Amino acid sequence: MEELPTIGQRIPKKDAPLKVTGSAVYIHDLKLPGMLHGKILYSKYPHAKIVAVNTSKATKLPGVRAVITGADIPVFKIGVIKDNPPLKTGKVCSMRDEVAAVAATTPEIADEALDLIEVEYEELPAVFDPVEAMKEGTPLIHEEMKSNVLKLPWRLLAGDVDEAKKNATFLVEDTYTTPWVTHCCLGTSGCVASLDLNNHLTMYSNTQIPSLAQKDYIEAMAAMGYKDRKVRIIQSFIGGAFGSKLDTYCYEYIAIFLAAKTRKPVKIIFSREEEFFATSPRQCTITKISQGCDRQGNLLFREMDMILDNGAYTSWGATTPSVMMLPISSLYRVPNVRYTARCVYTNNTYSQAMRGYGNPQATFAIESSLDQLAEIAGIDPYELRLKNANLPGEITPQHFKITSCGMKECIEEVQKRLDWKGKHGRDAGRGMGMASLIHVGGGARVYKSDGCGTIIKVDDFGKVDVFTGATDMGQGSETVIAQIVAETIGLPVDDISVINNDTDVCPWDVGAHASRTTFVAGNAALGAARKIREQILEVAAQSLDEPPAFLDIKHGIISSTRNSEKHIPLGKVLRSAHYMPHGRMLMAEYFYDPPNENFDKEFKGNLSVSYAYGCHGVEVEVDRETGVVKVLKYIAAHDVGKAINPMMLEGQIYGGGCMGLGYALGEKMVFEKGVLKNGNFLDYKILTAKDVPPVEAVIVETDEKDGPFGAKGIGEPGLVPTAPAIANAVYDAVGVRIRDLPITPEKVLKALREKEKG
Amino acid sequence: MRKEIVFTLNGEEMRADVEPHWTLLYFLREVCEMTGTKEGCGYGECGACTVIVDGKAINSCLYPILEAEGKNVITVEGLVTSDGALHPLQKAFIDNGAVQCGFCTPGMIMSAKALLDTKEKPAEEEIKDAIAGNFCRCTGYVKIIDAIKSCGEGR
Repeated sequence: MEELPTIGQRIPKKDAPLKVTGSAVYIHDLKLPGMLHGKILYSKYPHAKIVAVNTSKATKLPGVRAVITGADIPVFKIGVIKDNPPLKTGKVCSMRDEVAAVAATTPEIADEALDLIEVEYEELPAVFDPVEAMKEGTPLIHEEMKSNVLKLPWRLLAGDVDEAKKNATFLVEDTYTTPWVTHCCLGTSGCVASLDLNNHLTMYSNTQIPSLAQKDYIEAMAAMGYKDRKVRIIQSFIGGAFGSKLDTYCYEYIAIFLAAKTRKPVKIIFSREEEFFATSPRQCTITKISQGCDRQGNLLFREMDMILDNGAYTSWGATTPSVMMLPISSLYRVPNVRYTARCVYTNNTYSQAMRGYGNPQATFAIESSLDQLAEIAGIDPYELRLKNANLPGEITPQHFKITSCGMKECIEEVQKRLDWKGKHGRDAGRGMGMASLIHVGGGARVYKSDGCGTIIKVDDFGKVDVFTGATDMGQGSETVIAQIVAETIGLPVDDISVINNDTDVCPWDVGAHASRTTFVAGNAALGAARKIREQILEVAAQSLDEPPAFLDIKHGIISSTRNSEKHIPLGKVLRSAHYMPHGRMLMAEYFYDPPNENFDKEFKGNLSVSYAYGCHGVEVEVDRETGVVKVLKYIAAHDVGKAINPMMLEGQIYGGGCMGLGYALGEKMVFEKGVLKNGNFLDYKILTAKDVPPVEAVIVETDEKDGPFGAKGIGEPGLVPTAPAIANAVYDAVGVRIRDLPITPEKVLKALREKEKG
Repeated sequence: MRKEIVFTLNGEEMRADVEPHWTLLYFLREVCEMTGTKEGCGYGECGACTVIVDGKAINSCLYPILEAEGKNVITVEGLVTSDGALHPLQKAFIDNGAVQCGFCTPGMIMSAKALLDTKEKPAEEEIKDAIAGNFCRCTGYVKIIDAIKSCGEGR
């Protein structure tokens, strides 16, 4: 393949110079004139009536500018099914429930004021186990809903599972569980809300969904009586997101209410403690799974039933079964599928999106179960995977149209690099395991639109400004977009600036989710860049007296492809475009909405234009005395379509893999009766540099025909198959299967002891 | 009761009246408005607030400002030379793709600088030890370690 000057190159992240010098302004660094500091008082009980709230002492504290409770704000609920009032009245349903809030001249005074607020509670019986919560007679979290089971329709049926079960020669059945884990963004949550004289809102925000957040805030403003007001969102540099900023939260509305009341900008920044207990983690799951195959190892069916602890309120966590369906129906060729999921209210914390959006939980069960099936069928798990691997051109039971598919190549890369055939199956304290993944890689039509807009304008001197709706939260979308534009026009990437953080100037985008930005925003940038190139060549055609078809742009010089005498610098052409009578300005816009489909009522449809594949393989050593699992080697092979920037792409794989290792081996939020017991970095361990094993990122290119320069998404896949790959390797090493994440030494040791007892 | 202290901040004399309960981080961010040094946890676990005091990488969120008296403090803002040239570590972080969200980056670079100032060519394990107190949730550390290594080798 011809090497392109920009695409496929290891170009450094465009905003890295700002970040390495400490000049990048994060929400924590932002100060506005007259700005006040907001703080939130949370509930003392997981379930209790609020009998009385007395704010008089807090109000009198010097420096306090406002104290608000649920009684001071309009009746208004947020969330996916609008069940969450930003400040609670009547009762609290979890330890993170917001009861009151303060705005003061300093954060210290605001904290002091919180201590002066007196709340009288009457404790109510609570429920913390979703299975318990489904039973008759258990306390209801939301009485008006008459049940703790959410009325969500998660049910997918394809083929005839019952018939397939009868025909299966080999069949396995088991239950897998996963814990709550949290994003641990290094920059905590925060915002600054500011209202002008006409009550138009400017929200300085960390959001990864600016266009949707705008709508949420407009609704809040309307509820406050400020109808038809303008909302502008300005994103600061985002200190990590990983899905955590895919929704709007109570604290943001509290900041707006406080700003409205004080007529001053109000900043709320979470402490690390709040970041742990008051943000929404990845949901925990209980999964029953059954899979079967024929004598030759052809998968015949997959049946899964899940219970998800919804917590007390509903954010996107409750919708993750829609993405879980993706691996359940379409990871490997499996003709008969049945899946049901119930989300159940409890008095626990409520969940949200986190990198993978349900896929890690579902894949843990599927890929662990697959190794169990391979064992009873007497087939090498690698062979079983290869035999059932997805193929280009396939249409899956959920009606996904598989275009490019490098699944087999990924499995082979893992097999080869681990020396699988020589080393698997020895049960000698060392072992290896693998697990594959499928994820959306060409957008995901979750909303009516899956689009992204781009505007390109060129200044008089050949420098290009690209205005995109796509958010960068560190993953590097601004650099990928700049590369796509630079390549298309024929300019060095340094000549491209990307503006991506202000709803006043940036076009609409549905958000940085579903690993969609390179594909969707990339295609939007590509479309706009092609249009601006055409305009440039039209103008240059006049200057050079040469038809556009015979003109090319390279390194900012426009030249004739058939007459080397004819060339002109881009800047000169651009100036000539408007320094003339009836001049023109060069600007192009493009809105790309991928040709993918919303699910129908049966949750079927081609959700994504293309699908991303990968396979992870690990070699581990298990200490039989301590139960400690050491990862010796980690291969992460990913079908990415085309690596637009291999350096940043590897960053996604390494970063995802590292997060996946944490999920597999150590991370767990420990709740006892609704109280988070390990909400700090001492007790909730994320991996440090010393904990990271040698990881090898393998990029498999399959040239996706609809992707920008052949690319597919890679944001989430990196952590999807890590946990089952390790669980499978632990089984291979010492013959015990851990069905509950994380795979801690205690669990391994306990399983080893039980195995010894027989 | 404020107290006057004198110390060196990024090569210049700093004379300030400080409250005894302030941390160095508070002083840097809130008083000097030098926001390059970040607060990730506020209790010395994540390393986002790392600065160098008398050659040692420390968590400025736990460091009482009064302790800075007479000492030499270097923050991320002090790494760029007066003619605007980046420190080799800053350049290496950029070129090696060691930066994603960037929130851990200033602290990470300061820990790495403290290491490289004492050891020109550290081994990989020494690099890992030096940054073990600096959390990163984006990169998986691989490229950060590469960046630091490339700096050591480049000397």
